[in-house]
Amino acid sequence: MTRRSQVVLEARGLRKSYGSRVAVDGVSFEIAPGETYGLLGPNGAGKTTTISMICGLLQPDAGEALVLGRRVSTDATEAKEAIGYVPQDIAIYPDLSARENLLFFGRLYGLDRRTIERRSKEVLELTGLSERAEDRTSTYSGGMKRRLNIGIALLHEPQLLVLDEPTVGVDPQSRNAILASVETLSRGGLAVLYTTHYMEEAERLCDRVGIIDGGQIKAEGARRDLVAMLGEKDRVRLAADGDLGVLAARLADSPHVSEAIAGDGSVECIVDDARVALPSLLASAAQVVAVTGVEVVEPDLEAVFLRLTGKTLRD
Amino acid sequence: MRAAVVIALKDLRRALRDRSALGVAVVAPLALAFVLSTVLGGGDLDALEVRLAFVDQDGGEQAEVFRREALGAVEEQGFLRVTDVASQEGRRLVAEDRVAAAIFLPPGFTENVTAGRNASIDVLASPQGAIGVDVARAVAEAYAARVDAVRLAVATIAFVEREPPDVDAVTAAALRPAVRLAAHTAGSREFEGNTFFAAGMTVFFLFFTAQFGAISLLRERREGTLARLLASPASRRAVLGGKGLYSYALGALSMATMVLATRVLMGSRWGDPAGVAIVIAAGVFAAMGIQSMVASLAKTDEQAAGYGSIVGVTLGLLGGTFFPLSQAPGLLSRLNAFTPHALMMRAFGELSGGLGGPADVIPEASLLILTGAAFGAIALLRADRLVGP
Repeated sequence: MTRRSQVVLEARGLRKSYGSRVAVDGVSFEIAPGETYGLLGPNGAGKTTTISMICGLLQPDAGEALVLGRRVSTDATEAKEAIGYVPQDIAIYPDLSARENLLFFGRLYGLDRRTIERRSKEVLELTGLSERAEDRTSTYSGGMKRRLNIGIALLHEPQLLVLDEPTVGVDPQSRNAILASVETLSRGGLAVLYTTHYMEEAERLCDRVGIIDGGQIKAEGARRDLVAMLGEKDRVRLAADGDLGVLAARLADSPHVSEAIAGDGSVECIVDDARVALPSLLASAAQVVAVTGVEVVEPDLEAVFLRLTGKTLRD
Repeated sequence: MRAAVVIALKDLRRALRDRSALGVAVVAPLALAFVLSTVLGGGDLDALEVRLAFVDQDGGEQAEVFRREALGAVEEQGFLRVTDVASQEGRRLVAEDRVAAAIFLPPGFTENVTAGRNASIDVLASPQGAIGVDVARAVAEAYAARVDAVRLAVATIAFVEREPPDVDAVTAAALRPAVRLAAHTAGSREFEGNTFFAAGMTVFFLFFTAQFGAISLLRERREGTLARLLASPASRRAVLGGKGLYSYALGALSMATMVLATRVLMGSRWGDPAGVAIVIAAGVFAAMGIQSMVASLAKTDEQAAGYGSIVGVTLGLLGGTFFPLSQAPGLLSRLNAFTPHALMMRAFGELSGGLGGPADVIPEASLLILTGAAFGAIALLRADRLVGP
């Protein structure tokens, strides 16, 4: 199997302008089956415009999106059949029940009645809505609506799930449920395109992240690759009772430590990889002091974003 | 096409659950048609009986002729009941509103008519007399007109034949029933009974139901479901087609329901079913085209509903759905002629009398279809800003 045949989504140089304002400027990336790709950026970075071009809602000024090798611009029907789209806002019919919503979208995607019934049952179970399936969705809680919003996108068993900031305005419990669902789906082989401006979500879900700002992807890769690319290092802070100066000197000689600084009640070590260095650090420290606490601070995508764009994700 | 049908069926299901949609489509027009036909009489002349008093203060031959030929002829048609009374009694009956009006022939009436001098007929009307007053006035005016005609005829005959004419014979011949309150029987091309109000309200409210498709497109955008529709394999044409199909189906369903309901509940007579179907088909198309174009000017569904209501009410009034405007003076009459409402009302009027058939409404139906096509084309072009890539 060639590399190209393994690609579910390929975005090639997507560009979109509104008047003189360039919303998306040459965005390119690929997503493989079972891979979750995150577009991380602040509001107005071009995430939704990019997704809209991929889903056929917007015609790009330049570039193209291919889903399973089908051009969205020219083979729209075939390409769209492979996409499950979850809009940022809840997009369900409030005066229809969950089952009626699923029935409608199933028909719209050309599923036969038997398949719709089977898939509706599965989706309702997956989203935990089986018991409320016949109730009008206007009576649902916000979390239930969010789950159905995702469930509808899964009904026709797409090969690419596109989620546009699905957790905006969601309570922590529902957010966790949504993230867990995406993890499960990804493990099941579904390719996922996930946009967010929450660094924690991108770090938890995404195999690879594209950092987008001003309509351009500034950097792309796995979280650790992005961090490494920028030369950021982990920090391990050891709280201890005893002579912290001695401890700092001892730890500074450890193989994984590039610097150790004694502070107020703790020693902070700069290391390449905290997970690798931590066992030897603890062993060395235990020989000279009584360690009372350990804190590992890994450079996160927020730091990467800050370095790349000069602003925070919340800007 | 399949996707368009799926979308239309979904919208119809939502409309049926939305009581306000049902209200506009069926309940309101039915209720208003019933109220208007009840309050305004509805022209149901089978049930009409006008009571008049006749006061003969003259006692002469012409008074007798008036009573027998003018009033009597109308009386025979069953709509009029005339009571012969003395002067005081006539005034009392009017004052007590027991008759719609009293007709007085004053002393010297016969003498004046025979001599060719001015003769007066006095009509004393009750404020509550409504149509009865019109009947009394019409009978009196018609008689006066005929008397003038007789005099003119006599003079002409005398000039040509050089013989004195038989004045009594000519007068009697001229005094055929002056007023015909005939119920519009077969052969008439006017609305039958209360069908005017039934048709008027059906057409009036059609322009509210016909905007539902365009409004639902804007509503889907507000609810976020439009993006979901456009991200599905359904084409943009299918989405727009579904909305059009929904509007058309709802409009046709509303009109068909109104035709059946007013026929059963109010006894309205719509005429040839095939002709009615043609008018409905063409009228719904015109209404959908116009209201879709109007909605395409709006940014939100609420705004579209507001615009649509303004257009619906204005065209409804100008189109004569509440009262006939085709005979109105000047500008009103000209504006009336240009409204799709007037076209539909004219076509329904053709059919209501019972003589008109499908062929008679083809001109109006053709104009309605052209109107719908013209406005619909503009609406489709403008809809691109909503669903265009």
